[in-house]
Formats: sequence, structure tokens, C-alpha cells
Amino acid sequence: MELTGAEIFVNSLKDEGVKHIFGYPGGAVLHIYDALYQQKDVEHILCRHEQGAAHAADGYARSSGKPGVVLVTSGPGATNAVTGIATAYMDSIPMVCFTGQVPTSLIGNDAFQEVDSVGITRPCVKHNFLVKDVRDLAATIKKAFYIATTGRPGPVVVDIPKDVTAQKCEYSYPKKMTMRSYNPVVKGHPGQIKRAVKLMLSAKRPMIYTGGGVILDNASKQLTDLTKKLGYPITNTLMGLGAYPATDKQFLGMLGMHGTYQANMAMHQCDVLIAIGARFDDRVTGNIEKFCPTAKIVHIDIDPASIAKNVKVDIPIVGSVGAVLKEMISVIKDGKATPDKTALKEWWKQIEEWRSMDCLKYDRDSEIIKPQFVLEKLYEVTKGDAFVTSDVGQHQMFTAQFYQFDKPRRWINSGGLGTMGFGLPAAMGAQMANPGETVVCVTGEGSIQMNIQELSTCKQYNLPIKVINLNNRYLGMVRQWQEFFYQNRYAMSYMEALPDFSKLAESYGHVGMKIEKPSDVEGALKEAMKMKDRFVFMDFITDQKENVYPMIPAGAGLNEMILI
Amino acid sequence: MRHIISILMENEAGALSRVAGLFSARGYNIESLTVAPTEDSSLSRMTIVTTGSEEIIEQITKQLNKLIDVVKLVELTDGEHIEREMLLIKVKAEDKVKEEITRLCEIFRGHIIDVSEKSYVIELSGDSEKLDAFIKSLEKMKIIEVVRSGVSGIARGSRSLEV
Repeated sequence: MELTGAEIFVNSLKDEGVKHIFGYPGGAVLHIYDALYQQKDVEHILCRHEQGAAHAADGYARSSGKPGVVLVTSGPGATNAVTGIATAYMDSIPMVCFTGQVPTSLIGNDAFQEVDSVGITRPCVKHNFLVKDVRDLAATIKKAFYIATTGRPGPVVVDIPKDVTAQKCEYSYPKKMTMRSYNPVVKGHPGQIKRAVKLMLSAKRPMIYTGGGVILDNASKQLTDLTKKLGYPITNTLMGLGAYPATDKQFLGMLGMHGTYQANMAMHQCDVLIAIGARFDDRVTGNIEKFCPTAKIVHIDIDPASIAKNVKVDIPIVGSVGAVLKEMISVIKDGKATPDKTALKEWWKQIEEWRSMDCLKYDRDSEIIKPQFVLEKLYEVTKGDAFVTSDVGQHQMFTAQFYQFDKPRRWINSGGLGTMGFGLPAAMGAQMANPGETVVCVTGEGSIQMNIQELSTCKQYNLPIKVINLNNRYLGMVRQWQEFFYQNRYAMSYMEALPDFSKLAESYGHVGMKIEKPSDVEGALKEAMKMKDRFVFMDFITDQKENVYPMIPAGAGLNEMILI
Repeated sequence: MRHIISILMENEAGALSRVAGLFSARGYNIESLTVAPTEDSSLSRMTIVTTGSEEIIEQITKQLNKLIDVVKLVELTDGEHIEREMLLIKVKAEDKVKEEITRLCEIFRGHIIDVSEKSYVIELSGDSEKLDAFIKSLEKMKIIEVVRSGVSGIARGSRSLEV
């Protein structure tokens, strides 16, 4: 039987196993929305802005490991989604975004709501397609999911002109996809793995540094096994938190610009660095000239282009992190060599000395609520088991420092692109993917207003998210840099004319809370968490001048931190 | 250093813009770029001449390989290879210089392919240096137009770029 393009679209999603899509209707996708309306297998979540839809799909993907799916209309629908697509691209998140397009006969005519979606998204997608013939639709959708979810994952855009969704053809969804131009490597080179293991076991001052790649490849178990077996210190990047249990004593905390003293010093002084699924981002390395001056470097990554991009490495291994780590564990098991216990003891002694600096200390007796205090309490009240999303800025760094993630996929933030407005919609996606779980969005009064319209979506779908708004009336990170580097000239970083957030939340039908005293923090958090079926917006009025410490200023090395 | 990268890619709409976009987005140099379908109409062959340090060329080849439409690529300058570029040049050809133009053409093994009352069009192929030299030798005449195809290249001997 022949189906319309719109029906083929819906059937393809069904056959791909898609349960939820996030989107917003419009002229070019009306046929598709009509087909969605007439079925029950794929649930569509109506967000209030296409950027929100893209972030929601992203949060869905990050928290579940399944690809996030977005559906938006042509023109402004597509351009609004671009920030969400770029966010997913920078953090290698599997996502398929369908954009409507004007009918093929009008493409290039500056038609109403026409934009070159393929052209606009090209630099921020793993790949994109324009479907010009309904007979290509099902295979293109299959390809899109295949590309988005394999190798180094990433977003794929499929642009579908309106007439294609009305044309008819026979439907068949390919079971498997192979492409001659795309064959991601999985297994690492056995010789390289053996060489790497030999170097790792010869280390006197080893350091393991892991990133988002471990989480994307679901390789936390292998990483934990290997790290425990070696007894080496480990640090995670902002994107890699949760890949290794943060409460374990081998964990030194996050590294980089706002990383811990012990993690950064251990990086600086190690003699063998084992980089796993991490990409030597500038926020991690600091001044590249001063980075790990005495280390031989092993780098495991699925993307060959990540290797030797920023830092020269001694032993590169291209392959999926999970497969390579598994192979490493078995090479270690089969071999005779073991870690150098004496050297390691010395190394740990040094590390503990650094750790005893207590670089994350803050004023616990403050009369004003300290953001760090809220996060410590949040960790205690949720027993470290919540899905925590964040926006971008000081609150994001405080969360990374003070909420201890023991499990992967619990920490969801825009690390690469640094997108304000990510937190709330990402929390919606995480809650859709994990019904019944506690989902918290840590945000600030600046970020939350960048997608505040999604409060309405949360009401429509009864998403019981808990928003922790660390309200300091400043764009905190901007203010901090202005304090440090611009002699306290706070240009445009003060937020005037803020709404009463608790009342705003109430007007959307949610529970609003305003917390102004440190002594009320714990009680309020407990009360909010008890409301299992309600969305609660908690507005914490926090210290206006608190800074994120420690900090590596731009141009400095990892050993040149500003401590409090 | 000058490098020639040869690419086999899917002959899809937009494939060229993916390559061009990659070069501009990452700030790589393109000296020349040529592209046309191969004997297999589903594949295009592209030749890019670029410059950069070894590290940059390594990144360029890795980033190109990462493009989904790229099937295979080879850096021709890694080994023995032949490169050719074609030149079409229109020069003012009045009585007194006609003979000299014809002689230069012979020396460089070019062909005069269009003759009018006042101008000649000459076709010449060879490596880029030869083309440069020929243009230079014509400098004292009046050059009206220069069209160069950009470099295309192929490896010598058994080395080849095929699917």
C-alpha cells in the first residue's frame, strides 16, 4: 500500500523505536502533524519555543542514551532550533532534528518562511539532508539515526519540503544501514593498546583524565574497573562527571579552569597522562604551552580528529572507549607487570597534601545564603541520586564542584557551547525519559529567563521538576570576570527589574518558593522534594558577590590557580 | 608547505559546500580546488591544494575524512605523483608580436586554439610552475584574460585512490 510522506515519516519513527519527539507545529509540517495526530505510538511534546524543543530532546538523549528527536517547521522554526542543535553538536549528543521546508517548487524563491536550513545548520551538525523525493524519505531517516548514534555521536538535520510529505510511495524501512563513506572504528589497535598499557604500568606519577566520551559510550563500568585495578588518581572533565564515582577516594574532582587544586596540580606534575574520551578543551588545559610539561600522553578517542588536535600525544588509540578499556583490562590481567606500588605511595602522599588545601572551602557561617551551601544541601537531600541539569555560569560551576555525581548521565549541562537557557528544557527531556525520578534544574536568574516560557510546557505535561534558582541579581560569572579583570566595572551584568519568580511560577500553575535565610535552605529543599507530583520553583536569594574558586585565569597553566 | 589532497566523495548536492565550509570555518587555506564526477557518476573527485604545517595538514585530512560524504582521500604530495593544470590565456596579437607568441607557444608546447584579428587564445597544460613561467614570458605582450583550471593530480605507479 502506498503511504504519504507524512505517514512514512511517522511509521519510520515508530520502526526506529522512537517514543517521544519534541517540537512545535507550523505551516510546512502540517501534513506531518496531521499524521502524528492519528496515531498513538509516538508521543509529541509541545514545547513553547523551538530552542526549548531542541534542548528538551538533548536532555532526553543525555539522560537516557537514546537519540533525542525534534520536529520543527521551516524558516523561524528551523533557525530557533539552531542554538539547540549547536549545543548538541559541541557535546556530541545523538539527536535527529526534522525541519519542515517550503515545497520543492518554491525552494530558492524567498518563499514565506523559507530559509536554507541545510546551509544554516551545516557547520553545527554531524550531517544533514534535504529530502527531495518521497521515495528517499524512509532511507534518509534511517541514515539520520544511524549517523547520529554511531561513532562520535552528534545531531543530524533532515529537511523535508512540504510537498514531499504529501507525495505517496510504497513504504519500507531499512533494517540495517551501511554506507561506503561512513564506517566508524570501534576496536582499538591491539599493538597500540599493548604499548599504552606498558607505558601506563611504568608510571611513577600517573593521572587518568576522562571526558564525556566515557559517558556517551556507556563505559563507566570499564573505566571504574580499570581505575580501581590500577589504583591511580582520576579526574573528570565537566562533561565527564559521573563516569567515575565522585565519592571514591581515587577521585580528585573536576579539573580545568574551576577544577580542584589537587586535580590540576596532579595533571601538571604527572609523568603519564591517560586521556580517555576527552578532547583537551581550552577550559581544561589552560595555557597549552604550559600543559602537562613532564607527561607522556596516552589518548583514547573514537574521533581521530580529536587526537593531536590541541596537544601532541605519544600513544594515540582510535576506538570506542568501552571496547578499548575492556581490552586494556584484559591485557593487564594477562601480563605480569603491575603498577609501581612504592612510587604510587609517594605520589598519593603528594596528592593528599594538595587535597588538604581544601580548595573548595567557603564561608559556612554566612548570614546570606551561599550558593555552595544550597548545592551541598541539595546533594544531601537528594542523596546524590537526582538527575541534575544546569544552565551556564557560576551556578553551573558550583554544581559541578559541590554535587557529587556517582553515576553517569545524572549531570546534564551545556559544556561545549555554554548555552544559557539550556537547563529547564533539558530537565523536561530528562524527566520525560525518566518518569518517577527526581529531576532538578540548577539555574540562575539570568539563564532561567532565556527559556522561561517552558514553565508552560512543564504544566501541560505535569513534569515534577524542581528548579533551584540561585538568584544573586547578577550575571554572576560575567560579574566575577569584571571584578577580577575589569576593575569592578560591572557593565551590564546587574539584573534589574526581575520578576518575583515564585509568583511567576504560581501563575503558571506551579508551586513557588522564595528562600532568603541559610537556616531555611534545608527545610525548603526537603519540602520541595516531598512534592513528588508537583513542579516546584525555588528562588534562593543568594550572596551577590560570591566568586567561583579556585580559578585559572586565561593564559595561565594548571599549576597557577587563584585560590580563595 | 604546499600539499595536494585528492578526495573521492559522494556526488551529492552540497558536498562541495561541506568541504569549502570546513576550510573557512576552521581557518585553513585553499590555494585551489577542482571537482568533477568520475567514471562512476555517483562519485566526485576533488583536488585541493593547500598550505600549512604538518600538524595543520594532519588536522585537515582528519577533518575531511570526518565529513560523511567523503569516501576516501589521499595526500598526493606524500609520494610520487603527477600534477597538471590547464591554462587558457587570451593575448593581444598584433602583427609584430604574432610570430613571437607562436614561437613561445611552441617552446612551451601550448596550442593556439582561437585566432581573431587582434587576439589569440592559447591553451597550455602542465604543472603550476610551467604555467607561471609561460604567463611571465607573455608579460611584455598585452594579456587580456587568464583562466586557470586549478590543479588536478594523480599518483604515479601502483598507488591509487579508488573505492
